[in-house]
Amino acid sequence: MFEAVVLPESPSISAIHESAAPSVAALAVEDLSHSFGKRVALDHVSFTVPPAGFTMLLGLNGAGKTTLFSLITRLYSSRSGDIRIFGFDLRRQPTRALERIGVVFQQPTLDLDLTVLQNLRYHGGLHGMRPSDCEARAREELARIGLSDRADDKVRALSGGQRRRVEIARALLHRPNLLLLDEPTVGLDVDSRRHILAHVRALCREKNLAVLWATHLMDEAADEDSVVVLHQGRLRASGSVRAVCAETGTAALPAAFAALTAGERRP
Amino acid sequence: MSAATYWYCLRSIIVREGLRFLHQRERFFAALVRPLVWLAIFAVGFRAVLGVSIIPPYETYILYDEYVVPGLVAMIQLFNGMQNSLSMVYDREMGSMRTLLVSPLPRWYLLVAKLLAGVAVSIAQVYVFLGIAWLWGVEPPPLGYLAVLPALVLSGLMLGALGLLLSSFVKQLENFAGVMNFVIFPMFFASSALYPLWRIREGSPALYLIAAYNPFTQAVELIRFSLYLRVDVTALLWVAGCLALFLGAAVLAYDPGRGFWARRGGPAEQA
Repeated sequence: MFEAVVLPESPSISAIHESAAPSVAALAVEDLSHSFGKRVALDHVSFTVPPAGFTMLLGLNGAGKTTLFSLITRLYSSRSGDIRIFGFDLRRQPTRALERIGVVFQQPTLDLDLTVLQNLRYHGGLHGMRPSDCEARAREELARIGLSDRADDKVRALSGGQRRRVEIARALLHRPNLLLLDEPTVGLDVDSRRHILAHVRALCREKNLAVLWATHLMDEAADEDSVVVLHQGRLRASGSVRAVCAETGTAALPAAFAALTAGERRP
Repeated sequence: MSAATYWYCLRSIIVREGLRFLHQRERFFAALVRPLVWLAIFAVGFRAVLGVSIIPPYETYILYDEYVVPGLVAMIQLFNGMQNSLSMVYDREMGSMRTLLVSPLPRWYLLVAKLLAGVAVSIAQVYVFLGIAWLWGVEPPPLGYLAVLPALVLSGLMLGALGLLLSSFVKQLENFAGVMNFVIFPMFFASSALYPLWRIREGSPALYLIAAYNPFTQAVELIRFSLYLRVDVTALLWVAGCLALFLGAAVLAYDPGRGFWARRGGPAEQA
């Protein structure tokens, strides 16, 4: 089952230092558990997200997706288990780990009364970016999402889909290698949903990013994605869409998901 | 992480608080009108009732208006501290707190930066108020306006840290009115802000003890003495000690491993 990981010969020191070696997972979750009082939110969950590519975190409401995101972004720490971001342990090297993450939360978190640019500057500052770099990066990302002309408008004046795109731009401002999105299409119309998804898929390809996209909407997954299926705080499956389908003996992901969450445990 | 990183972070948090404050014009006026009402109405009415004898740091008889100004300055800071606390709870419920906390900088630093931003906003209000008080005839020594600045930073941080600590106990926004009733009013009235401590002792020795140990009294006295170019060492130590205590407890409350979030979950999980 285990394949020996063969490092390319004489990897440069800096590659090891920056943990950008191809074998290091963007995100490695190991035996992670967390409970609130008696309620177990996550129960011995382990999976990895490859250093580049699109990974879907599938789960119904209450599956533990948001708790998982809170732990990965270090809103609070787990009672047991480890999280590593490109090899950096979140508990021991939180700064190195958090630097590499960009997040779009489920709840909108832009300041509605500030302008788009002011919001981006605030975020850049929080990541310790030099104001001039931040300004240039902000303009660059705004151009990418086609909102350059709205830079000085208040966020309140933007549509739901536009706000989401600004949040994605904001998450990418400090050049993270891992982009986390927690149900980013909730509350958007069909058109905006499709737009956002296509946009993030394009970003993932262009910037060679690792993306972890949490959703309960099966139709957002594509055949070439990796998937992680959470149900009631437990990991039910992880791997490529094809592997998960094969494992459950189903032809497509929705059927596989239904089988995995119907109650019976993975063999 | 270089020192510049920390500075850019602090700067952007202060800029954001400043912008938010300017956008909330009602808040700006409320923050100014409150102490002015006390000065223009309450103080005038009390002038005749409350004679203030010569007590340090004053060297002559003073009008009640002059006595009450440092107390009102501290009141501005108290309200700001609580307002900040309220916005922490609000940010937490709305999720925008997460934006702050995913910053790679240490969490204690983010909380201190947030406090400093609140203090900067409160100090701006204090100087506007002191300007109006000057027009009203309350004229401390000119150098006092400079000397009071460190005192304002310290007392503002202390009251802000108290607010921050309280915000970790308040689960929901709706519970915040309780904080106002049980914290702001008792702290303000059981202090030397409106009447000197010796006056309180004449009325009730028990209340005198409470007022003497009230951190808000110490903040008021620290500000009062600095404004008249004197140092009240006791008050200084009290305020610094309370700041260390409140801030330490608040950092623990917001700590990822031990804090309340690990027990209760974040905003989206509490639904």
